[in-house]
Amino acid sequence: MEPRVLTSKKPLTLKGFFLQWEWMLVLLFIAVIVMNVNLSDYFWDYNNLRDATMSFLDKAFIVLPMVFIIILADIDISVGSIVALSSVIMADLYAHGVPMELALIVCLAVGTLCGYINGLLIVKFKELSSVIVTLSTMIIYRGIAYILLKDQSVGKFPKWFNYLGWGYVGSIPFILIAFAVFAVLFGILLHKTTFGRKVYAIGSNPTASRYSGVQVDRIKIIVFTLAGLMSAVTALFLTSRMGSTRPNIATGYELDVIAMVVLGGISTAGGKGRMIGAILAVFLIGYLRYGLGLINISAQTLLIVIGLLLIFAVSVPKLKWKGTGAKGKAV
Amino acid sequence: MKKVLTLGLAAVMAVTLLAGCGGNNKEAGASGGGSPSASAGQPSDAGGKKRLAIIFKNTGNPYGEKQMEGFKKAVEENGDEAILKAPDQPTAEAQIQMIEELISQKVDAIAIAANDPDALQPALQKAMNAGIKVISLDSAVNAQSRITHVNQADPERIGRTLIQGVSEMIGGEGEIAILSATSQATNQNTWIEWMKKELEDPKYANIKLVKVAYGDDLRDKSVSETEALLKSYPNLKAIIAPTTVGIAAAGKVLTDKGLKDKVKLTGLGLPSEMAEYIESGVCPWMYLWNPIDVGYLAGYTAEALVKGEITGAVGEKFTAGTLGEKEIVADGDGTQVMLGDPFKFDSGNIAEWKEVY
Amino acid sequence: MKQKMFADAALAVGTGQGAATKTTISAKFAKFRELGLLAVIVLICIGVQIRNPSFLTWENINDIAANTAILSILSVGMMLVIITRGIDLSIGATLALSGMIAALTVKAHPGLHPLAALLLGFAVGLACGIVIGFLVAKVGILPIIATLGMMNVFRGLTYEASGGKWVSAHQMPDSFKQIATGSLLGINNLIVIAVVIYAVAYYFVSHTRTGRQVYAVGSNPESAEISGIKTKRILWLVYTIMGGLTGLAGVLWVSKFASAQGDTASGYELSVIAACVLGGVSIAGGSGKISGIILGAVLLGILNNALPMINVSPFWQNWIQGMIILAAVVFNALVKRGIDRNNLMRRKI
Repeated sequence: MEPRVLTSKKPLTLKGFFLQWEWMLVLLFIAVIVMNVNLSDYFWDYNNLRDATMSFLDKAFIVLPMVFIIILADIDISVGSIVALSSVIMADLYAHGVPMELALIVCLAVGTLCGYINGLLIVKFKELSSVIVTLSTMIIYRGIAYILLKDQSVGKFPKWFNYLGWGYVGSIPFILIAFAVFAVLFGILLHKTTFGRKVYAIGSNPTASRYSGVQVDRIKIIVFTLAGLMSAVTALFLTSRMGSTRPNIATGYELDVIAMVVLGGISTAGGKGRMIGAILAVFLIGYLRYGLGLINISAQTLLIVIGLLLIFAVSVPKLKWKGTGAKGKAV
Repeated sequence: MKKVLTLGLAAVMAVTLLAGCGGNNKEAGASGGGSPSASAGQPSDAGGKKRLAIIFKNTGNPYGEKQMEGFKKAVEENGDEAILKAPDQPTAEAQIQMIEELISQKVDAIAIAANDPDALQPALQKAMNAGIKVISLDSAVNAQSRITHVNQADPERIGRTLIQGVSEMIGGEGEIAILSATSQATNQNTWIEWMKKELEDPKYANIKLVKVAYGDDLRDKSVSETEALLKSYPNLKAIIAPTTVGIAAAGKVLTDKGLKDKVKLTGLGLPSEMAEYIESGVCPWMYLWNPIDVGYLAGYTAEALVKGEITGAVGEKFTAGTLGEKEIVADGDGTQVMLGDPFKFDSGNIAEWKEVY
Repeated sequence: MKQKMFADAALAVGTGQGAATKTTISAKFAKFRELGLLAVIVLICIGVQIRNPSFLTWENINDIAANTAILSILSVGMMLVIITRGIDLSIGATLALSGMIAALTVKAHPGLHPLAALLLGFAVGLACGIVIGFLVAKVGILPIIATLGMMNVFRGLTYEASGGKWVSAHQMPDSFKQIATGSLLGINNLIVIAVVIYAVAYYFVSHTRTGRQVYAVGSNPESAEISGIKTKRILWLVYTIMGGLTGLAGVLWVSKFASAQGDTASGYELSVIAACVLGGVSIAGGSGKISGIILGAVLLGILNNALPMINVSPFWQNWIQGMIILAAVVFNALVKRGIDRNNLMRRKI
């Protein structure tokens, strides 16, 4: 069985260093770039490469806390609905005369609250898996968004709000800088703090962690609350990108986000994986989609490519284990 | 050692997988009927060939495939290259991404059938700032996001014609219901508004609109909603379904329940989907415009804009291939080009049209 | 997730192995739970009936049953998958693919016997199930990921197969459409097929060795493996069954709605999972009963039929369904807690 020790404490040999999943991702990433450059003349262009990030980074903010959730061996499929609900409430408040700055804060608060409710339900009802809890809240949160806004779309935000999704700092997109800041923060939280170490411990063995004094419940609630908060951050950027909002935005985001996290080498069995892998996966999938979009590939072919890539990505490590005689027991 | 070998092999596999996919697309583009054309490696200025793109709402929709086909035909008649795109889900987010991809490719024009009238505004304005001519067709974007709009038919005419048709079917009295798409579908909501306005006319005093139901353009939901209508309103005389999925689902329910003489059906439907029910008399007649013509007109409008023949201002005229001369007219605070009145399909002409689209 | 499942399994009531003393009490409670579900269904029916007298008519009941048939057929397969601690997100796509291929075939060969079309759809679904089963059982990918990936692939293949076109009513021979509209002894074929599948499934899970092994694998994979059960083969089997049933459902779907589209049944997997969860199938694995999922599917079917009939605003329907699912699973959890406490008390005495 693959050792479930903390990745950061693994003795780092040279061979071990290059055998990490992240290197595989780097190779894949280079393959994607090489392929795209060959396929389209428009790919290798600073402006295009830069602007492409603006169109796929919105959901990447949810990837960061989702890494924590999956390391905990949980899952959150309500994030897309949280995006919709917090965005709808923000827009609705603004339309009713609340200043945009305040509406923005409410948006973040709503997302945080939704995440907190998820965490609370999961902790209070341990018999229920997170799949089911977040499946129900997924339907409920979006349901509330529909009740609030019905068939309306609300928009006409102040000009400065546009800046979030479309603006540049110098020549770098604001959204890219924001993502970089959050990515570093979450990376530090996961790899450099006791909080992060506890998350790994719970993911590896919740019962043992509980007995050794880790406050499992508290950590789970914090992690799910963070997911809610980051969904609200995504809501801000997405709403700014679209200039308006309606209850059906961000449908299916949860699956995209989970796919990126898994591709990043974070094992859904819990306890394993690193932030850098997920971040690499965000850019890998983002540029793959963008490159194939530049040659105007059909949507159905794109679906097949992404699906096969996901299957391929998770099969390779399993095959590797088998090759070395270790038993990859997955249920 | 073994590990290194496996990992190396895996990397090679990955590269071949990706490269293989790249190869496949090109084939798919060349062979697939409705697949977008692969424009890989063709610089934009080669021989002065312009590139015009169309984005439909979602893939795998025959109505959209026909619009894209018409667009392609128009663009190729002008000796230019058409790029056809459609996301796998009908969302504005996916369309924004496609607009970005087209801006990167520096296309000359974008025609879009929008999934949301407002949400594409920032993206489309970015495209227009980059010098791309943007028009919408079928489902409009708001006036600030486009140069002009190609309207398949006047919403007012659609709404009023449907009510007039229903009134004729049921002899001017009885209960009617509407089975729409999603509750936030802009086209359908505008048409329903006009239907309600037409119903205010005193000559329809005996016609009562009892409910607007939403089938969300899903087969199973449209069927349940139709069944619920029939049961909740036993005296229902007619159903108007201004959506292609809804009208076919309603036709199926009425056929299965043998209600063809009791409840009439009309609305907007695809001839190929509805042929069965028009021939059997469940739906005496219905309306639709020719989606190929909508795309074709959009193609010529985009061409005229790219060539500088028009600027999208009211009163300008241009020749749209086989459709003859078209004029730009006002539409709220924007402008539009009108295709014409909706076309009526009945048992007399359905046989020839069901093979077309 | 494995470790969490151990913990859950420790909490969970073993319907499978080695819980002989518990079975009598837990069985009583399980029955109580199903009675509770039945009570909810009856209450909803009465409430709706008061608002709209045409609800409990023979015709409407027949409609509900026919509309629920496909959902309930899929629930059987999904129950088996969930019992083994898995999940299958790909069934909407598998359903679309098999339905599309069957429809394209009858379009090209209108003389084809409807039974052949059913078999063809079944075979396509079976093939999809075998692929997923291989990925889950042999390669060892987690079910949620394997089915998520294959969902994309199958959906893409459906679009590729159809070339973006739909197969419409007039392109299908009447014999094919009659699969879903015809009836046997006055009962709609769909209901007949669902009942047959339920009967076979009931026999399979409660009276065959393999059926019991499915529960054993779900209750405790490690001890099942040690006690000589070929867990991988069982896993492969349940995904294959799921695929086969989905293929069958695909043909029924296309026949019922007389139309095959690329986006057929997109997102339908969530309804099926919801039906199972409502019916008391535990996501932690190892427990789930046929009688439960019938009730779960019927409850969902009634909601789908009743909400439009009592004029609930379409904007509220989402919220109401979500709240009912959440209430059902929370209730489930509380009952289970009651059982566990009861068991502990028994042990002390």
